[in-house]
Amino acid sequence: MSASQLVGAETAKDLDEPGRGTSWLRYVAMKAGGSLFSLVMVVLLGFFAFRILPGDPVRSLADGRQVTAEQMDILRKQYGLDQPVIAQFWRYLTDLFRGNLGDSYTYNRPVMELILDRLGPTLLLTGTAAALSVVLGLWLGQRTAWRRGSMFDKAHTGIALTLWSVPTFWLGLLMLLIFGGTLHWFPTGGMVTAGSTATGLAYVWDVARHLTLPMLTMVAVVYAQYLMVMRASLLEEMSADYLVTARAKGLREDQVRRKHAVPNALLPTVTLIFLTLGGLIGGAVTVETVFSWPGLGYLTFQALSAPDFPLLQGTFVVFSSIVIIMNFFADILYRVLDPRLRTA
Amino acid sequence: MSAPSGQETLPTNKAPKINVAAARRRQRAGEVWREFCSNRSGLIGLVVLAIVIGLALLAPILAPAETLDVTRITAGQNEPPSWANPLGTDPSGRSVLAMLIWGARVSLLVGFSATAVSMVIGTVVGMAAGHFTGWTQAALMRLIDFFLVVPGLVLAIVLSSIIGPGVTTIIVAIGITSWAGTARIVRSQTLTVESRAYIERSWALGASNAHIIRKHVLPAVMPLVLANTTLTVGSAVIAESTLSFLGLGDPSSISWGSMLKMALDTGAATGGFWWYVLSPGLAIVGVVLCFTLVGRALESVINPTLRGR
Repeated sequence: MSASQLVGAETAKDLDEPGRGTSWLRYVAMKAGGSLFSLVMVVLLGFFAFRILPGDPVRSLADGRQVTAEQMDILRKQYGLDQPVIAQFWRYLTDLFRGNLGDSYTYNRPVMELILDRLGPTLLLTGTAAALSVVLGLWLGQRTAWRRGSMFDKAHTGIALTLWSVPTFWLGLLMLLIFGGTLHWFPTGGMVTAGSTATGLAYVWDVARHLTLPMLTMVAVVYAQYLMVMRASLLEEMSADYLVTARAKGLREDQVRRKHAVPNALLPTVTLIFLTLGGLIGGAVTVETVFSWPGLGYLTFQALSAPDFPLLQGTFVVFSSIVIIMNFFADILYRVLDPRLRTA
Repeated sequence: MSAPSGQETLPTNKAPKINVAAARRRQRAGEVWREFCSNRSGLIGLVVLAIVIGLALLAPILAPAETLDVTRITAGQNEPPSWANPLGTDPSGRSVLAMLIWGARVSLLVGFSATAVSMVIGTVVGMAAGHFTGWTQAALMRLIDFFLVVPGLVLAIVLSSIIGPGVTTIIVAIGITSWAGTARIVRSQTLTVESRAYIERSWALGASNAHIIRKHVLPAVMPLVLANTTLTVGSAVIAESTLSFLGLGDPSSISWGSMLKMALDTGAATGGFWWYVLSPGLAIVGVVLCFTLVGRALESVINPTLRGR
């Protein structure tokens, strides 16, 4: 017993992080297995969490209105709630594989249709925000690390730490207060001006104006962690011998940084960026709520306030699946990018 | 490091029995405290936090509950800051300052309790995942990975909408969705500790799993957990305000998040009522920043390799 435990302590590390020696196939299989397990958990949780609800879902559906027993029965039949849990679960599973997430109580439309409608705006918002914060974070990160201890460094790490402590939705409210409510520079909500029939360039311009405030809010919260990671990983490289060599052969300070130090420091940073992209989509919930941006996050909020359980279940399953799959690709990318891990 | 030798040679019948290990821990705690005090920003954070906690405890004296009774209010709605109401009034005429002081209670209470839940789950699961092998470990690791990867806010929303709005709900939801990071750290520390020779000696002497975990692993992971705790309280305060903002809090109690929800619902942001938007937010940022400063200072005391980062 104790002997096996001791051996276990040594081999234990291999279980979660495949070491350098593992082959490509083994690595991908392990990561895929982990992601698959998480996906199964999401599917199970998506079903059973909403079935342990205290009270009758049909009653909450009726929402306090006077309904007859027959009407309740019809509703029950309509949503399949009259069948045993196992039968309901089987129906949920088979429907899920056909891309059917049930019907929303409040919209009377298939949940899948609603989600697909809202996916585009969310990708637009998070995509532009991610691109901008990566550029800003990496650029400021290497600058601060290179001039460590200077006023520039202190100011930027201070700002980054402060922004880290700021709740996203409050920053959004501040943006609304300053640029929407007081200065009237930007619209305060939605994705297009209500009632507008603009097409072509005018439409793009309208969307861009609506996009600005929510996007800036996301950037402000997200770029800080990229800055901190880039700064930390560049600081680790700065005492390396190869930089002394680079300077000794007469390179200018700027070239030493760009050609030698930064490429090495970029490696851990890039993987981290990909790992946080999934979380970015989760952060969309509050930003979209503040600016009533018609994306998945706002849909989740609407489902929550109704409450509309099929819709909430659907957004949970889709949101989580997207994030899990993106994390899987981040793991694969990590392996592709780091040549030290590839062969052994 | 070594305990004063006098203590070990004094097991006389009169002197109370002195626990050597406890004395050593006390001494080490004193060292940590002195080192912590030399970190200026950490100390400032600690002092500010102490003041905020004091204000929250004194809320019934500083701002008697009647002043928040909507039916007995004399001030107008959405009044800008004045001598009578230093931070202005809210959409129903209540003093924003009084609400802020009362809100600190809920925000801090949820912050500390959710962190406690998260730390207990994280430490137990992390130690188990590091200590046990085979299927137990594999299953626990998958569980940790799942909670690490699933979007925490969305899961918290699902959990709280199922349990129904309220303070307990928020504590549970935050606790359940935030323990995985701690478990990860605790597990790797457990692996490091268990590869040391004294654990082998303990096995050889016939120690049980429970003995090894309680007497050797737990004391070794506790410092890390404590430093992590202060950082987690900060993010729990943010999580609380976010969930309250989305309407999952107790509708009858005031928290900083629910104040901001009301600010959005009543159009305070677009209407330019800055005092009602700024104050709760600044309170959150200030408290979270203090927890971060204290946490970073503690971390650098406990883990000297981090110094200067």
